[in-house]
Amino acid sequence: MSCGTNRDCGCATSASPGVDAGRRAFLKSGAAFATVALTPTVTLMAFGAGDAAAQGAQERLNPAARWGLLIDVSKCGDGCNECVTACRKENGWEDTGHPATDAQWIRKVTLTDPKSGASRELPVMCQHCDEPPCVDVCPTGASFKRADGIVLVDKHRCIGCRYCMMACPYKARSFIHEALIDQKPHAPRGKGTVESCTLCVHRIDSGRNPACVESCNATGGGAMMFGDLNDPESAIAKRVAELASTQLRDDLGLDPGVHYVNL
Amino acid sequence: MTSFRQIALVLLVLIGAPVAAALAQEASGVPLPAVPKAVKPAPDANHEQLMRSNHMSLLKHKRDLTVHEGDRTPQYSLNECVTCHAVTGGDGKAVTVADPQHFCRACHDYVAVKIDCFECHASRPGDEDKAAGLAAPGESAVAALSDYLQEVEQ
Ligand code: HEC
Ligand code: HEC
Ligand code: HEC
Repeated sequence: MSCGTNRDCGCATSASPGVDAGRRAFLKSGAAFATVALTPTVTLMAFGAGDAAAQGAQERLNPAARWGLLIDVSKCGDGCNECVTACRKENGWEDTGHPATDAQWIRKVTLTDPKSGASRELPVMCQHCDEPPCVDVCPTGASFKRADGIVLVDKHRCIGCRYCMMACPYKARSFIHEALIDQKPHAPRGKGTVESCTLCVHRIDSGRNPACVESCNATGGGAMMFGDLNDPESAIAKRVAELASTQLRDDLGLDPGVHYVNL
Repeated sequence: MTSFRQIALVLLVLIGAPVAAALAQEASGVPLPAVPKAVKPAPDANHEQLMRSNHMSLLKHKRDLTVHEGDRTPQYSLNECVTCHAVTGGDGKAVTVADPQHFCRACHDYVAVKIDCFECHASRPGDEDKAAGLAAPGESAVAALSDYLQEVEQ
Protein backbone atom coordinates (compact mmCIF):
# COMPACT_ATOMS: atom_id res chain seq x y z
CA MET A 1 0.00 0.00 0.00
CA SER A 2 2.69 2.42 0.86
CA CYS A 3 4.49 4.29 -1.86
CA GLY A 4 7.72 4.45 0.02
CA THR A 5 10.27 6.41 -1.82
CA ASN A 6 9.31 4.95 -5.13
CA ARG A 7 8.11 8.00 -6.88
CA ASP A 8 6.94 6.18 -9.94
CA CYS A 9 4.21 4.24 -8.21
CA GLY A 10 0.75 4.57 -9.60
CA CYS A 11 -0.71 6.22 -6.54
CA ALA A 12 0.61 9.66 -7.25
CA THR A 13 -1.88 12.43 -7.56
CA SER A 14 -1.04 12.92 -11.18
CA ALA A 15 -4.10 11.35 -12.78
CA SER A 16 -5.40 13.45 -15.62
CA PRO A 17 -8.47 15.55 -14.86
CA GLY A 18 -10.59 13.45 -17.18
CA VAL A 19 -9.79 10.23 -15.46
CA ASP A 20 -10.24 11.97 -12.20
CA ALA A 21 -13.68 13.27 -12.81
CA GLY A 22 -14.72 9.88 -14.07
CA ARG A 23 -13.43 8.17 -11.00
CA ARG A 24 -15.09 10.65 -8.77
CA ALA A 25 -18.44 10.20 -10.42
CA PHE A 26 -17.95 6.49 -10.14
CA LEU A 27 -17.05 6.65 -6.51
CA LYS A 28 -19.98 8.81 -5.72
CA SER A 29 -22.30 6.33 -7.37
CA GLY A 30 -23.75 3.43 -5.46
CA ALA A 31 -21.17 1.06 -6.86
CA ALA A 32 -18.46 3.05 -5.18
CA PHE A 33 -18.79 1.34 -1.90
CA ALA A 34 -17.87 -2.09 -3.19
CA THR A 35 -15.04 -0.64 -5.18
CA VAL A 36 -13.68 1.10 -2.19
CA ALA A 37 -13.65 -2.04 -0.13
CA LEU A 38 -12.23 -4.32 -2.81
CA THR A 39 -9.50 -2.36 -4.52
CA PRO A 40 -6.36 -1.05 -2.93
CA THR A 41 -6.64 2.45 -1.58
CA VAL A 42 -4.48 3.57 -4.42
CA THR A 43 -7.61 4.07 -6.48
CA LEU A 44 -9.22 6.10 -3.79
CA MET A 45 -6.43 8.56 -3.48
CA ALA A 46 -6.53 9.50 -7.11
CA PHE A 47 -9.91 11.03 -6.74
CA GLY A 48 -9.08 14.00 -4.64
CA ALA A 49 -6.53 15.67 -6.81
CA GLY A 50 -8.97 18.12 -8.35
CA ASP A 51 -9.99 19.85 -5.13
CA ALA A 52 -6.41 20.13 -4.11
CA ALA A 53 -5.52 22.43 -6.94
CA ALA A 54 -8.63 24.44 -6.27
CA GLN A 55 -7.68 24.92 -2.62
CA GLY A 56 -4.26 26.22 -3.58
CA ALA A 57 -2.38 23.89 -1.25
CA GLN A 58 0.67 22.10 -2.56
CA GLU A 59 -0.09 18.80 -4.15
CA ARG A 60 3.42 17.61 -4.69
CA LEU A 61 6.98 18.66 -4.01
CA ASN A 62 9.12 20.04 -6.80
CA PRO A 63 11.53 17.23 -7.73
CA ALA A 64 13.73 19.59 -9.72
CA ALA A 65 14.60 21.64 -6.66
CA ARG A 66 17.46 21.17 -4.25
CA TRP A 67 16.67 23.16 -1.14
CA GLY A 68 19.63 24.47 0.76
CA LEU A 69 20.95 27.11 3.11
CA LEU A 70 23.76 29.60 2.82
CA ILE A 71 25.15 30.81 6.12
CA ASP A 72 27.40 33.83 6.27
CA VAL A 73 29.44 33.12 9.39
CA SER A 74 30.78 36.67 9.56
CA LYS A 75 27.24 37.92 10.18
CA CYS A 76 26.44 35.29 12.78
CA GLY A 77 26.49 37.26 16.01
CA ASP A 78 28.38 36.20 19.12
CA GLY A 79 25.93 34.82 21.60
CA CYS A 80 22.99 35.33 19.23
CA ASN A 81 20.64 32.39 19.54
CA GLU A 82 17.71 33.57 17.43
CA CYS A 83 17.75 30.67 14.99
CA VAL A 84 17.81 28.09 17.76
CA THR A 85 15.00 29.77 19.67
CA ALA A 86 12.91 30.11 16.53
CA CYS A 87 13.40 26.46 15.62
CA ARG A 88 12.43 25.41 19.11
CA LYS A 89 9.31 27.46 19.06
CA GLU A 90 8.35 26.38 15.58
CA ASN A 91 8.87 22.67 16.09
CA GLY A 92 8.14 22.41 19.79
CA TRP A 93 11.37 20.82 21.03
CA GLU A 94 12.71 22.12 24.28
CA ASP A 95 15.01 21.43 27.19
CA THR A 96 13.71 18.83 29.57
CA GLY A 97 16.69 19.36 31.85
CA HIS A 98 18.67 16.45 30.44
CA PRO A 99 21.33 18.13 28.33
CA ALA A 100 22.96 14.84 27.34
CA THR A 101 19.82 13.48 25.72
CA ASP A 102 17.63 16.48 24.92
CA ALA A 103 16.45 16.98 21.38
CA GLN A 104 18.60 19.33 19.36
CA TRP A 105 17.59 20.19 15.84
CA ILE A 106 19.97 23.13 15.55
CA ARG A 107 22.75 24.40 17.78
CA LYS A 108 25.32 27.15 17.90
CA VAL A 109 28.88 25.88 17.65
CA THR A 110 31.97 27.93 18.55
CA LEU A 111 35.16 27.19 16.67
CA THR A 112 38.44 28.44 18.10
CA ASP A 113 41.77 28.34 16.39
CA PRO A 114 44.10 27.08 19.15
CA LYS A 115 47.07 28.95 17.69
CA SER A 116 45.68 32.41 17.12
CA GLY A 117 42.78 32.20 19.54
CA ALA A 118 40.45 33.56 16.84
CA SER A 119 36.97 32.20 17.22
CA ARG A 120 33.81 31.99 15.17
CA GLU A 121 30.24 31.05 15.89
CA LEU A 122 27.98 29.23 13.52
CA PRO A 123 24.69 27.36 13.59
CA VAL A 124 24.86 23.66 12.76
CA MET A 125 21.84 21.59 11.88
CA CYS A 126 21.14 18.63 9.59
CA GLN A 127 23.27 19.40 6.56
CA HIS A 128 20.81 17.77 4.15
CA CYS A 129 23.51 15.80 2.36
CA ASP A 130 23.14 14.69 -1.21
CA GLU A 131 24.70 11.38 -0.16
CA PRO A 132 23.30 11.04 3.35
CA PRO A 133 24.97 8.32 5.42
CA CYS A 134 21.95 8.25 7.73
CA VAL A 135 19.86 7.04 4.81
CA ASP A 136 22.40 4.36 3.89
CA VAL A 137 22.35 2.77 7.32
CA CYS A 138 18.63 2.92 8.08
CA PRO A 139 17.27 -0.63 8.29
CA THR A 140 13.61 0.32 7.72
CA GLY A 141 13.79 3.01 5.08
CA ALA A 142 12.56 5.57 7.60
CA SER A 143 15.56 7.79 7.00
CA PHE A 144 15.17 9.11 3.48
CA LYS A 145 15.94 11.97 1.15
CA ARG A 146 12.99 13.70 -0.43
CA ALA A 147 13.26 14.30 -4.15
CA ASP A 148 13.90 17.97 -3.47
CA GLY A 149 16.95 17.18 -1.35
CA ILE A 150 15.48 17.44 2.16
CA VAL A 151 16.71 14.63 4.39
CA LEU A 152 13.97 13.46 6.74
CA VAL A 153 12.95 10.77 9.17
CA ASP A 154 9.63 9.17 8.30
CA LYS A 155 8.67 8.72 11.93
CA HIS A 156 5.93 6.33 10.91
CA ARG A 157 8.63 3.88 9.89
CA CYS A 158 11.29 4.73 12.47
CA ILE A 159 11.92 1.96 14.99
CA GLY A 160 14.27 4.04 17.10
CA CYS A 161 17.41 1.97 16.48
CA ARG A 162 19.53 5.12 16.22
CA TYR A 163 21.95 3.80 13.60
CA CYS A 164 21.44 7.05 11.73
CA MET A 165 22.56 9.02 14.76
CA MET A 166 25.80 7.04 14.80
CA ALA A 167 26.29 7.47 11.06
CA CYS A 168 25.82 11.23 10.96
CA PRO A 169 29.18 13.01 10.97
CA TYR A 170 27.50 16.23 12.11
CA LYS A 171 25.71 14.75 15.14
CA ALA A 172 22.62 16.39 13.77
CA ARG A 173 20.07 13.88 14.96
CA SER A 174 18.54 13.29 18.34
CA PHE A 175 16.27 10.71 19.92
CA ILE A 176 13.12 11.34 21.91
CA HIS A 177 13.44 9.60 25.25
CA GLU A 178 10.29 10.73 26.95
CA ALA A 179 6.59 10.66 26.20
CA LEU A 180 5.38 14.04 25.00
CA ILE A 181 2.11 15.89 25.09
CA ASP A 182 0.85 19.03 23.38
CA GLN A 183 3.01 18.81 20.30
CA LYS A 184 2.60 21.32 17.52
CA PRO A 185 0.00 20.15 15.02
CA HIS A 186 2.38 20.79 12.12
CA ALA A 187 5.34 19.08 13.83
CA PRO A 188 4.36 15.70 15.26
CA ARG A 189 6.99 14.26 17.61
CA GLY A 190 6.91 11.22 19.83
CA LYS A 191 8.88 8.98 22.12
CA GLY A 192 11.05 6.29 20.58
CA THR A 193 11.81 7.95 17.28
CA VAL A 194 14.77 9.86 15.88
CA GLU A 195 14.40 13.37 14.58
CA SER A 196 16.39 16.22 13.14
CA CYS A 197 16.06 19.48 11.27
CA THR A 198 13.41 19.08 8.58
CA LEU A 199 14.37 22.37 6.97
CA CYS A 200 10.83 23.25 8.11
CA VAL A 201 9.41 21.09 5.36
CA HIS A 202 5.87 22.06 6.32
CA ARG A 203 6.76 25.69 5.68
CA ILE A 204 8.65 24.99 2.48
CA ASP A 205 5.66 23.09 1.13
CA SER A 206 3.55 26.19 1.61
CA GLY A 207 6.10 28.52 0.10
CA ARG A 208 7.59 29.96 3.28
CA ASN A 209 11.13 30.19 4.60
CA PRO A 210 12.38 27.94 7.40
CA ALA A 211 11.80 29.42 10.86
CA CYS A 212 15.54 29.87 11.57
CA VAL A 213 16.09 31.84 8.39
CA GLU A 214 13.04 33.96 9.01
CA SER A 215 14.11 34.91 12.53
CA CYS A 216 17.78 35.37 11.62
CA ASN A 217 16.74 37.91 9.04
CA ALA A 218 14.14 39.57 11.23
CA THR A 219 15.92 39.91 14.57
CA GLY A 220 19.29 38.15 14.16
CA GLY A 221 22.33 39.04 12.13
CA GLY A 222 20.79 38.32 8.73
CA ALA A 223 23.33 35.56 8.21
CA MET A 224 21.05 32.89 6.76
CA MET A 225 19.65 32.49 3.27
CA PHE A 226 17.32 29.79 2.04
CA GLY A 227 16.58 28.73 -1.51
CA ASP A 228 16.85 26.34 -4.42
CA LEU A 229 20.48 25.52 -5.18
CA ASN A 230 19.47 23.92 -8.47
CA ASP A 231 17.84 27.03 -9.84
CA PRO A 232 20.61 29.19 -11.35
CA GLU A 233 18.30 32.23 -11.12
CA SER A 234 17.73 31.91 -7.37
CA ALA A 235 19.44 34.33 -5.00
CA ILE A 236 21.09 31.52 -3.09
CA ALA A 237 22.51 29.80 -6.19
CA LYS A 238 23.92 33.11 -7.41
CA ARG A 239 25.55 33.78 -4.06
CA VAL A 240 26.98 30.27 -3.86
CA ALA A 241 28.40 30.70 -7.35
CA GLU A 242 29.89 34.07 -6.54
CA LEU A 243 31.32 33.52 -3.05
CA ALA A 244 33.68 30.67 -2.32
CA SER A 245 31.45 28.77 0.07
CA THR A 246 32.46 25.84 2.21
CA GLN A 247 30.55 22.75 3.19
CA LEU A 248 31.35 21.26 6.58
CA ARG A 249 33.63 18.24 6.28
CA ASP A 250 33.53 18.41 2.50
CA ASP A 251 36.35 15.84 2.55
CA LEU A 252 33.65 13.24 3.23
CA GLY A 253 32.12 13.86 -0.17
CA LEU A 254 28.55 13.96 1.15
CA ASP A 255 27.72 17.20 -0.68
CA PRO A 256 25.68 18.91 2.05
CA GLY A 257 22.91 21.31 1.05
CA VAL A 258 24.05 23.71 3.76
CA HIS A 259 26.85 26.04 2.63
CA TYR A 260 28.91 28.36 4.81
CA VAL A 261 30.85 31.45 3.81
CA ASN A 262 33.55 33.29 5.75
CA LEU A 263 34.18 30.23 7.86
CA MET B 1 -9.40 -7.16 5.91
CA THR B 2 -12.19 -9.58 6.68
CA SER B 3 -12.39 -8.46 10.24
CA PHE B 4 -12.22 -4.89 9.09
CA ARG B 5 -15.13 -5.38 6.76
CA GLN B 6 -17.11 -7.23 9.34
CA ILE B 7 -16.58 -4.58 11.93
CA ALA B 8 -17.22 -1.83 9.47
CA LEU B 9 -20.40 -3.56 8.44
CA VAL B 10 -21.49 -4.02 12.02
CA LEU B 11 -20.76 -0.40 12.66
CA LEU B 12 -22.65 0.63 9.62
CA VAL B 13 -25.61 -1.39 10.65
CA LEU B 14 -25.43 -0.21 14.22
CA ILE B 15 -24.77 3.45 13.75
CA GLY B 16 -25.41 3.87 10.07
CA ALA B 17 -28.20 6.32 10.39
CA PRO B 18 -28.73 8.03 13.72
CA VAL B 19 -32.42 7.16 13.59
CA ALA B 20 -31.79 3.52 12.91
CA ALA B 21 -29.17 3.52 15.62
CA ALA B 22 -31.45 5.05 18.16
CA LEU B 23 -34.09 2.48 17.32
CA ALA B 24 -31.62 -0.36 17.50
CA GLN B 25 -30.56 0.79 20.89
CA GLU B 26 -34.06 1.04 22.19
CA ALA B 27 -35.03 -2.34 20.83
CA SER B 28 -32.03 -4.36 21.96
CA GLY B 29 -30.74 -2.35 24.89
CA VAL B 30 -27.22 -2.71 23.49
CA PRO B 31 -25.13 0.36 24.31
CA LEU B 32 -23.77 2.04 21.20
CA PRO B 33 -20.92 4.47 20.73
CA ALA B 34 -22.04 8.08 20.83
CA VAL B 35 -20.11 9.71 18.00
CA PRO B 36 -19.77 13.46 18.56
CA LYS B 37 -20.91 15.78 15.78
CA ALA B 38 -18.43 17.61 13.58
CA VAL B 39 -18.11 21.39 13.87
CA LYS B 40 -18.40 22.06 10.13
CA PRO B 41 -20.22 20.41 7.20
CA ALA B 42 -18.50 17.37 5.69
CA PRO B 43 -15.87 18.03 3.03
CA ASP B 44 -17.37 15.56 0.55
CA ALA B 45 -20.88 14.32 -0.07
CA ASN B 46 -19.97 10.72 0.67
CA HIS B 47 -17.61 11.60 3.52
CA GLU B 48 -19.57 9.92 6.27
CA GLN B 49 -19.96 6.62 4.46
CA LEU B 50 -16.44 6.64 3.09
CA MET B 51 -14.83 7.49 6.40
CA ARG B 52 -16.77 5.01 8.48
CA SER B 53 -15.29 2.10 6.62
CA ASN B 54 -12.11 3.52 5.13
CA HIS B 55 -10.63 6.23 7.32
CA MET B 56 -7.76 4.00 8.47
CA SER B 57 -6.46 3.23 5.00
CA LEU B 58 -7.07 6.74 3.72
CA LEU B 59 -5.12 8.22 6.62
CA LYS B 60 -2.25 5.83 6.21
CA HIS B 61 -2.03 6.52 2.53
CA LYS B 62 -2.21 10.25 3.07
CA ARG B 63 0.64 10.16 5.54
CA ASP B 64 2.94 8.62 2.93
CA LEU B 65 1.83 11.13 0.34
CA THR B 66 2.52 14.00 2.71
CA VAL B 67 5.79 12.83 4.15
CA HIS B 68 7.33 11.50 0.94
CA GLU B 69 5.68 13.49 -1.82
CA GLY B 70 5.00 16.76 -0.04
CA ASP B 71 1.23 16.59 -0.54
CA ARG B 72 -0.17 19.34 1.68
CA THR B 73 -3.73 19.30 0.45
CA PRO B 74 -6.35 19.25 3.20
CA GLN B 75 -8.03 16.10 1.95
CA TYR B 76 -7.63 13.20 4.42
CA SER B 77 -5.12 15.17 6.45
CA LEU B 78 -5.10 14.09 10.08
CA ASN B 79 -4.87 17.68 11.24
CA GLU B 80 -8.04 18.42 9.30
CA CYS B 81 -9.86 15.52 10.96
CA VAL B 82 -9.08 16.66 14.47
CA THR B 83 -9.91 20.27 13.60
CA CYS B 84 -13.31 19.62 12.08
CA HIS B 85 -14.15 16.84 14.52
CA ALA B 86 -13.04 18.81 17.60
CA VAL B 87 -15.12 18.25 20.72
CA THR B 88 -15.35 21.10 23.21
CA GLY B 89 -14.77 20.05 26.80
CA GLY B 90 -15.90 21.54 30.10
CA ASP B 91 -13.16 24.19 30.06
CA GLY B 92 -14.35 25.54 26.72
CA LYS B 93 -11.29 24.19 24.92
CA ALA B 94 -11.15 21.28 22.51
CA VAL B 95 -10.50 18.01 24.34
CA THR B 96 -7.39 15.95 23.66
CA VAL B 97 -7.44 12.26 23.01
CA ALA B 98 -6.83 11.74 26.74
CA ASP B 99 -10.52 12.51 27.16
CA PRO B 100 -12.91 9.63 26.34
CA GLN B 101 -15.20 12.13 24.62
CA HIS B 102 -12.63 12.71 21.87
CA PHE B 103 -14.05 11.97 18.43
CA CYS B 104 -11.37 9.42 17.59
CA ARG B 105 -12.11 7.49 20.76
CA ALA B 106 -15.86 7.23 20.37
CA CYS B 107 -15.75 4.09 18.25
CA HIS B 108 -12.25 2.92 19.06
CA ASP B 109 -12.99 2.51 22.75
CA TYR B 110 -16.14 0.65 21.81
CA VAL B 111 -14.46 -1.81 19.43
CA ALA B 112 -11.19 -1.92 21.41
CA VAL B 113 -8.99 -0.41 18.69
CA LYS B 114 -5.84 1.26 19.93
CA ILE B 115 -4.04 3.74 17.71
CA ASP B 116 -0.65 5.32 18.41
CA CYS B 117 -1.06 8.30 16.12
CA PHE B 118 -1.57 10.77 18.95
CA GLU B 119 1.68 9.87 20.65
CA CYS B 120 3.12 12.25 18.09
CA HIS B 121 0.23 14.04 16.46
CA ALA B 122 -1.72 16.80 18.17
CA SER B 123 -5.21 15.52 18.90
CA ARG B 124 -6.85 18.92 18.90
CA PRO B 125 -6.61 21.96 16.68
CA GLY B 126 -3.75 24.29 17.56
CA ASP B 127 -4.57 27.98 17.88
CA GLU B 128 -1.33 29.09 16.42
CA ASP B 129 -1.66 26.73 13.52
CA LYS B 130 -4.75 28.54 12.57
CA ALA B 131 -2.94 31.82 13.03
CA ALA B 132 0.52 30.95 11.77
CA GLY B 133 0.62 27.57 10.08
CA LEU B 134 -2.44 27.09 7.98
CA ALA B 135 -3.31 30.69 7.40
CA ALA B 136 0.24 31.89 7.27
CA PRO B 137 0.94 31.74 3.57
CA GLY B 138 -1.72 34.40 3.56
CA GLU B 139 -0.18 36.57 6.25
CA SER B 140 0.90 39.05 3.64
CA ALA B 141 -2.26 38.32 1.72
CA VAL B 142 -4.28 39.24 4.79
CA ALA B 143 -2.36 42.46 5.12
CA ALA B 144 -2.87 43.16 1.44
CA LEU B 145 -6.55 42.39 1.81
CA SER B 146 -7.03 44.73 4.75
CA ASP B 147 -5.14 47.43 2.86
CA TYR B 148 -7.42 46.86 -0.05
CA LEU B 149 -10.53 46.99 2.12
CA GLN B 150 -9.37 50.26 3.60
CA GLU B 151 -8.85 51.64 0.14
CA VAL B 152 -12.30 50.53 -0.89
CA GLU B 153 -13.82 52.15 2.17
CA GLN B 154 -12.23 55.48 1.36
C1 HEC C 1 -17.36 5.60 13.30
C2 HEC C 1 -16.43 5.01 14.25
C3 HEC C 1 -14.97 5.49 14.21
C4 HEC C 1 -14.50 6.76 14.38
C5 HEC C 1 -15.29 8.02 14.70
C6 HEC C 1 -13.07 6.69 14.23
N1 HEC C 1 -12.69 5.39 13.97
FE1 HEC C 1 -10.83 4.77 13.53
N2 HEC C 1 -11.48 2.86 13.43
C7 HEC C 1 -12.78 2.45 13.62
C8 HEC C 1 -12.84 1.01 13.57
C9 HEC C 1 -14.10 0.17 13.71
C10 HEC C 1 -11.52 0.55 13.33
C11 HEC C 1 -11.01 -0.88 13.22
C12 HEC C 1 -11.10 -1.40 11.85
C13 HEC C 1 -10.45 -2.76 11.73
O1 HEC C 1 -9.96 -3.29 12.74
O2 HEC C 1 -10.41 -3.26 10.63
C14 HEC C 1 -10.70 1.75 13.24
C15 HEC C 1 -9.35 1.71 12.98
C16 HEC C 1 -8.56 2.82 12.88
C17 HEC C 1 -7.17 2.81 12.52
C18 HEC C 1 -6.34 1.57 12.19
C19 HEC C 1 -5.90 0.92 13.48
C20 HEC C 1 -4.96 -0.21 13.22
O3 HEC C 1 -4.53 -0.81 14.23
O4 HEC C 1 -4.67 -0.54 12.08
C21 HEC C 1 -6.72 4.10 12.53
C22 HEC C 1 -5.32 4.59 12.22
C23 HEC C 1 -7.85 4.92 12.90
N3 HEC C 1 -8.94 4.13 13.10
C24 HEC C 1 -7.78 6.30 13.03
C25 HEC C 1 -8.85 7.08 13.44
C26 HEC C 1 -8.74 8.49 13.71
C27 HEC C 1 -7.47 9.31 13.59
C28 HEC C 1 -9.98 8.90 14.08
C29 HEC C 1 -10.40 10.31 14.47
C30 HEC C 1 -10.18 11.33 13.46
C31 HEC C 1 -10.88 7.76 14.03
N4 HEC C 1 -10.14 6.68 13.64
C32 HEC C 1 -12.22 7.79 14.33
C33 HEC C 1 -13.88 3.26 13.83
C34 HEC C 1 -13.83 4.62 13.99
C1 HEC D 1 -14.75 19.98 7.24
C2 HEC D 1 -15.25 19.06 8.23
C3 HEC D 1 -14.76 17.63 8.28
C4 HEC D 1 -13.49 17.15 8.08
C5 HEC D 1 -12.23 17.91 7.68
C6 HEC D 1 -13.55 15.74 8.36
N1 HEC D 1 -14.83 15.38 8.68
FE1 HEC D 1 -15.47 13.53 9.20
N2 HEC D 1 -17.38 14.16 9.24
C7 HEC D 1 -17.79 15.45 9.07
C8 HEC D 1 -19.25 15.50 9.16
C9 HEC D 1 -20.10 16.75 9.03
C10 HEC D 1 -19.68 14.18 9.38
C11 HEC D 1 -21.15 13.70 9.52
C12 HEC D 1 -21.48 13.41 10.96
C13 HEC D 1 -21.48 14.68 11.76
O1 HEC D 1 -22.22 15.63 11.45
O2 HEC D 1 -20.69 14.74 12.70
C14 HEC D 1 -18.49 13.36 9.45
C15 HEC D 1 -18.49 12.00 9.70
C16 HEC D 1 -17.36 11.24 9.91
C17 HEC D 1 -17.34 9.89 10.37
C18 HEC D 1 -18.56 9.03 10.67
C19 HEC D 1 -19.03 9.33 12.07
C20 HEC D 1 -20.26 8.55 12.43
O3 HEC D 1 -21.17 9.15 13.04
O4 HEC D 1 -20.33 7.37 12.12
C21 HEC D 1 -16.04 9.49 10.47
C22 HEC D 1 -15.52 8.14 10.91
C23 HEC D 1 -15.23 10.62 10.08
N3 HEC D 1 -16.05 11.68 9.76
C24 HEC D 1 -13.86 10.61 10.07
C25 HEC D 1 -13.10 11.65 9.58
C26 HEC D 1 -11.67 11.57 9.39
C27 HEC D 1 -10.82 10.36 9.71
C28 HEC D 1 -11.28 12.76 8.87
C29 HEC D 1 -9.88 13.17 8.43
C30 HEC D 1 -9.31 12.41 7.37
C31 HEC D 1 -12.45 13.61 8.77
N4 HEC D 1 -13.54 12.90 9.20
C32 HEC D 1 -12.44 14.91 8.33
C33 HEC D 1 -16.98 16.54 8.87
C34 HEC D 1 -15.61 16.49 8.64
C1 HEC E 1 6.46 8.75 15.89
C2 HEC E 1 5.66 9.89 15.55
C3 HEC E 1 4.41 9.67 14.70
C4 HEC E 1 3.41 8.75 14.88
C5 HEC E 1 3.27 7.69 15.97
C6 HEC E 1 2.46 8.97 13.82
N1 HEC E 1 2.87 10.01 13.04
FE1 HEC E 1 1.91 10.73 11.40
N2 HEC E 1 3.37 12.11 11.13
C7 HEC E 1 4.51 12.22 11.90
C8 HEC E 1 5.36 13.22 11.32
C9 HEC E 1 6.71 13.67 11.85
C10 HEC E 1 4.71 13.71 10.17
C11 HEC E 1 5.22 14.76 9.18
C12 HEC E 1 4.64 16.10 9.46
C13 HEC E 1 5.02 17.10 8.40
O1 HEC E 1 5.91 16.86 7.58
O2 HEC E 1 4.41 18.15 8.40
C14 HEC E 1 3.45 12.99 10.09
C15 HEC E 1 2.51 13.22 9.11
C16 HEC E 1 1.32 12.53 9.01
C17 HEC E 1 0.28 12.83 8.07
C18 HEC E 1 0.29 13.98 7.08
C19 HEC E 1 0.04 15.29 7.81
C20 HEC E 1 -1.41 15.45 8.21
O3 HEC E 1 -1.70 16.05 9.27
O4 HEC E 1 -2.27 14.98 7.48
C21 HEC E 1 -0.72 11.92 8.26
C22 HEC E 1 -2.03 11.82 7.50
C23 HEC E 1 -0.32 11.07 9.34
N3 HEC E 1 0.93 11.46 9.77
C24 HEC E 1 -1.07 10.02 9.82
C25 HEC E 1 -0.72 9.26 10.92
C26 HEC E 1 -1.55 8.20 11.44
C27 HEC E 1 -2.90 7.79 10.87
C28 HEC E 1 -0.88 7.69 12.50
C29 HEC E 1 -1.32 6.55 13.40
C30 HEC E 1 -1.61 5.29 12.73
C31 HEC E 1 0.36 8.44 12.65
N4 HEC E 1 0.43 9.38 11.66
C32 HEC E 1 1.31 8.23 13.65
C33 HEC E 1 4.80 11.51 13.05
C34 HEC E 1 4.06 10.47 13.54
